[in-house]
Amino acid sequence: MNDILSFLTSPVVSGFFSASMRLAAPILLAALGGIYNERAGVLNIGMEGMMLMGSLIGFTIGHITGSLWLGVLAAALTGVLLGLILGFFTITLDANQVVAGISINLLCVGLASFLYRLFYGLGLQPRGSDYGIWNIPGLSQIPVIGPMFFQQSPLVYLTYLIIAVSFIVVFRSSWGLAIIATGENPAAAETLGVNVVRTRYISMVISGALCGIGGAFLSLVATSVFLDNMTAGRGYIALAILLLGRRNPLGLLAAALMFGAADALQLRTQLLNIGIPFQFMLMLPYLLTIVVLSFFVRRTDNPAALGVHFKQGGGES
Amino acid sequence: MTQPSPETSRPSVSFGQILQRVFNPDLASTLGSIVLAMIVGAGLIALRGVNPLLAYQALFDGAFGNLNSIAESLIVATPLALAGIGVTIAFRAGVFNVGAEGQLYIGAIASTYVGLKFANLPGYLLIPLMMLTAMLAGGLWAGIAGLLKVWMGASEMINTIMLNYIATFLVSYLVHGPLQEPGSPLGQTAMLPAQAWLVHILPRTRLHAGLIIAVIVSIIAAVVLWRTTWGFHIRVVGKNPIAAQAAGIKVNWILLSALMASGALAGLAGFGEAAGPQHRMIEYISPGYGYTAIVVALLGQLNPLGVLAAAILFGGLEVGATTMESAVGVPSAVVTVIQYLIVLFLIGRGAFDLIRQKLHREKKLEQRT
Repeated sequence: MNDILSFLTSPVVSGFFSASMRLAAPILLAALGGIYNERAGVLNIGMEGMMLMGSLIGFTIGHITGSLWLGVLAAALTGVLLGLILGFFTITLDANQVVAGISINLLCVGLASFLYRLFYGLGLQPRGSDYGIWNIPGLSQIPVIGPMFFQQSPLVYLTYLIIAVSFIVVFRSSWGLAIIATGENPAAAETLGVNVVRTRYISMVISGALCGIGGAFLSLVATSVFLDNMTAGRGYIALAILLLGRRNPLGLLAAALMFGAADALQLRTQLLNIGIPFQFMLMLPYLLTIVVLSFFVRRTDNPAALGVHFKQGGGES
Repeated sequence: MTQPSPETSRPSVSFGQILQRVFNPDLASTLGSIVLAMIVGAGLIALRGVNPLLAYQALFDGAFGNLNSIAESLIVATPLALAGIGVTIAFRAGVFNVGAEGQLYIGAIASTYVGLKFANLPGYLLIPLMMLTAMLAGGLWAGIAGLLKVWMGASEMINTIMLNYIATFLVSYLVHGPLQEPGSPLGQTAMLPAQAWLVHILPRTRLHAGLIIAVIVSIIAAVVLWRTTWGFHIRVVGKNPIAAQAAGIKVNWILLSALMASGALAGLAGFGEAAGPQHRMIEYISPGYGYTAIVVALLGQLNPLGVLAAAILFGGLEVGATTMESAVGVPSAVVTVIQYLIVLFLIGRGAFDLIRQKLHREKKLEQRT
């Protein structure tokens, strides 16, 4: 028993757990946003782009002001703007939700790259400040759990808060009921006085904000730099986590931690040089996504009206 | 047509009708989107403190200013057209193949491997063999996502994106490992034998026969989509899979075969890059052609010949962008932004209809009061 405990508390292992949470947080934040829009019946395929732009704007504002929270706020607003744009395409214009989302993502790759060069030129890569970690008194001293959950960046604690709030909003509030009704049967929801279009727009705003914060986590907390295309598919992995965690905040935490662990594992084995080419380790999170998506997700969980356009006052179109 | 109807026997067609025929709503909205995107792009360029007109002039000169730049634009248009037609076939069936990039890499590495392995074959055997290998490899790579969609109901969109990352890592391993050019520190294979190179088709330029392949493929694809049963089934499944199932069409087979055909064409684009400009496989053989191909397909209105035209436009934009960057110092990424704005405006063209409807309604109300 003592052996197990000393193994789990050794710096290497507790470092691994701590890194798992740190690497899980960005995709977890984006996936939490996805709960709102998918339960309201709209797809947000644009998560990747929203994360990337959040990552750039968050980094830039954090760099200028030296404040983590102003950076996070700016990233959230960037996400909101993109969420409204994508919402306009899908909710109002009835554009194909997948095509519109992919287009937003591709646009953001170019836009982020352009704006980065506009802000910083082609010279040295600026480094952001290190915003440090907060140790939660008492809780951070618990073996294993302490380093994993309670010796983290303040942004991780914000993530816990969002998990708790989302759980209450979606499952315990009347507005949460309106969201779920909008996603399951918008026509019925409308007859009960729910404004379907407004509910869907608000859900896209929340989703965009959380994607933006998730992206900012990458550049502000995880690395302290911005890199072209630094989200590297995390917005799409978040979509897979959303399905695996069944659009439930606690389910998402578990699913995201699994991906964080896979990411932490591949980073560590690259350093250890165990004979497997590093390229194969890099594949790990992507392979895991395919396996999870194909073999561990139940299709029947989808909200009935997910991805279906709703025309106000005129029934479904 | 033994008894021509009064409609067709009319002796002359008015100029207005021709104009209507040429500027159908599709083409008009396409051109409108391009113009709008260029205007927004001009704003971004002005942000940089550069006169947008000068920048656009540099862009155009770099793209189509002389014979060599035209050739360079067409070289870039070739993979965009091939992969774009692939994306078109998948999208027509309602399958979201976002994996052209990975399929291109797999096609390129597989055909290069065959080209090096059978280096003693004559060109007229080796090149077809490499093309077949590229198409097979790209098709099978896409088929992974296709099978997972058909069997497990897994989203092909997410899976094809994940396969892109896996493909680029796999290629990176191969060109730094087993297939690396002996004695070279670079991530590349040995050079292909000369008979495996695509011949140059325009004197004093690098323009290669890949363009001819792309043109032939676009014609074949148009014929297949509109003149064969398989093509008909693809379009029906894309419009309404439930009705297609009810009509006895094997929907799953159509989804899988369309996705695999799509991957095969992206793989062929990879062959064209390896055997055309590069003459070998290199680690970063594509600067995102597979992603740009999606926009090219949408801009071409999912019509193979339209896709070919869109590919030439985008090839020009990509080549012109580098000229513009060096001439007036505007980051070439602004062109990427313009490219994707074109598509967003195209998707958002419904907005104009909404505005028109609203105006119409207000007019009616006014008349009533």
